[in-house]
Amino acid sequence: MAPDPFYVRRLKPETDDTFTLALQPADGPSKFNFEPGQFNMVYVFGVGEIPISISGDPGDSKLLFHTTREVGLVTRAMRQLKPNDLVGLRGPFGTFWPVEDAEGKDVVIVAGGIGLAPLRPALYRILSRRDRYGRVVLLYGTRTPADILYRHELEQWRSRFDLEVYATVDRAMSGWRGNVGVVTTLIPRAPFDPRNTVAYVCGPEVMMRFTTQELQKRGVNKDAIFISMERNMKCAVGFCGRCQFGPTFVCKDGPVFRFDKVEDWLMKWEI
Amino acid sequence: MSMPMFSLTECFILSQKSFPRLFEVLQAKGYQVIGPTVRDGAVVYEQLSSVDELPCGWQDDQGGGTYRLKRRADNALFGYGVGPHSWKKLLHLPAYCLWSAQTENGKLQIAPGDGPAPKLAFLGVRSCELHALAIQDKVFLRGKYVDPAYRQRRENALIVAVNCAQPSGTCFCVSMNTGPKASFSFDLALTEVIESGQHFFLVETGSPQGAELLGQITEQKATQKDKDAAARVVANAAAHMGRTMESAGIKDLLYRNYDHPRWEDVAARCLSCANCTMVCPTCFCTTVEDATDLAGKQASRWRKWDSCFTMDFSFIHGSSVRASTKSRYRQWMTHKLATWFDQFGTSGCVGCGRCISWCPVGIDITEEARVIRQNDGITLTKEQVHENQKP
Repeated sequence: MAPDPFYVRRLKPETDDTFTLALQPADGPSKFNFEPGQFNMVYVFGVGEIPISISGDPGDSKLLFHTTREVGLVTRAMRQLKPNDLVGLRGPFGTFWPVEDAEGKDVVIVAGGIGLAPLRPALYRILSRRDRYGRVVLLYGTRTPADILYRHELEQWRSRFDLEVYATVDRAMSGWRGNVGVVTTLIPRAPFDPRNTVAYVCGPEVMMRFTTQELQKRGVNKDAIFISMERNMKCAVGFCGRCQFGPTFVCKDGPVFRFDKVEDWLMKWEI
Repeated sequence: MSMPMFSLTECFILSQKSFPRLFEVLQAKGYQVIGPTVRDGAVVYEQLSSVDELPCGWQDDQGGGTYRLKRRADNALFGYGVGPHSWKKLLHLPAYCLWSAQTENGKLQIAPGDGPAPKLAFLGVRSCELHALAIQDKVFLRGKYVDPAYRQRRENALIVAVNCAQPSGTCFCVSMNTGPKASFSFDLALTEVIESGQHFFLVETGSPQGAELLGQITEQKATQKDKDAAARVVANAAAHMGRTMESAGIKDLLYRNYDHPRWEDVAARCLSCANCTMVCPTCFCTTVEDATDLAGKQASRWRKWDSCFTMDFSFIHGSSVRASTKSRYRQWMTHKLATWFDQFGTSGCVGCGRCISWCPVGIDITEEARVIRQNDGITLTKEQVHENQKP
């Protein structure tokens, strides 16, 4: 239950209210292995500990990246951290996007807002073995163009011939020439073969409810859809009871769930 | 109802007069004895130094939202129904320092916060409470992760069970198959027999450790007559349950009734006070608190009991997932009686009745379950939902 010390190496603002923290182990092995979609518990000295999904490249184990939104006590303190400050870290925890199982298939990644963060490691992993997959499509929705995460990287990815990136915003501003509308509106025309597709979805709960429906309308099987859930969490090892989502504990049974296993719970409110 | 069987291995007799010997032997072995005593008008579990502190001659009246002690006609030491405390407070501590950290010259040092676990002897553990311990064992010891603090304390604990002779008005262990006779997971199990001018304890051993202890206390073997008398005590307790709950198929019943109107009804009465979760012997949820010194160099992280009835419990980025009392009560009761099976392969309720007695408004889990079962599958019409939402 006790965390290990990690050095802050960089703190990069992403959007107005989000930032990425790059960490490195202060002692012990210099490498940190994780699977795409897993999370760590990050502790800010004297303030508190919170779960944050790992947003970096699982193939590059030297620096550990976490992207988070500045929304509570701990994330506010976290944003004030400077290079060489120390934080505590426990992890990695939880289930992961089963990218190996998707080999030979099309992959559709649907992200809403900061939900792109836990999906980015899956994209890195897939792109590092690009020849093993069919079409790879990223559908990304945010509230406004200013909320688009990893913009530079998305633009680079968009220029690749083997990756299709579609973005949409709920509310456009002057200068935005892209799609306007919720992310589900991208699904009907996205280029993938629904009978041979695996979909990874992460975003607000309501977005995942509608996205999973829309994917099914396109013909994607329930057991080929995976979602990543979020709940209040204090321990990450199944003891604090807070992350219960129906009969599951998001910390150890999730955060990544096969949709058909949790569909009944996702479609109910206040679970 | 069939008579409870007393073990085929030998049972022994401990007279009321020689009962203090049990204390002496436990203390000589280095155990702190924790047992029932009367404090603030209730039977609670505290450290005891002698037999005199046991609730001799006390019993209780319990009902929905009611708990009152009263005198008994006899001098029974264990003639009460379970009170507000449960043994979890000694294994899964209400407040526990997980670790402490300090910063010095730019270094962050983190040290475990716990000291060595004490050697505790639990005296007077009821059968429902043995089941509750076994349920918390599943949470903290049998999953993917093990809680080292709980494990240490659990391994050190010696269990002296006492079969229930006097169930309270809110007890329903018979419905939950958790009592009243202690059947497993004890070192010694006692049955207090008071009849025809006799007052003695029939003792069964449940472990080599228990047998060794007992060897130092009594050598008097029980006769068939003694065993029969003890069996009558337990059978009488089983016949006097204050409540019943039909537990067959209850998981599926609750799973298919998430939109039952009864949840609205109970929410109108529930105060979200969290009493039920504090007195429940199986509820295990916690929060954490970070404490720092004034210089900001030392910090410690405390784990504390928490409740799914608070708004904070499900709070993520700006709001609570379970904002309504209805969803919080539903979460608690569904966890106890349904999702617990999927998580740990057992019910989360042992039928001890504490949540009924200590609910300030007397909400009764057996009654809520009964009403849902009687109206299985009904949901509110749109008009009724609209009606409910009127101010």
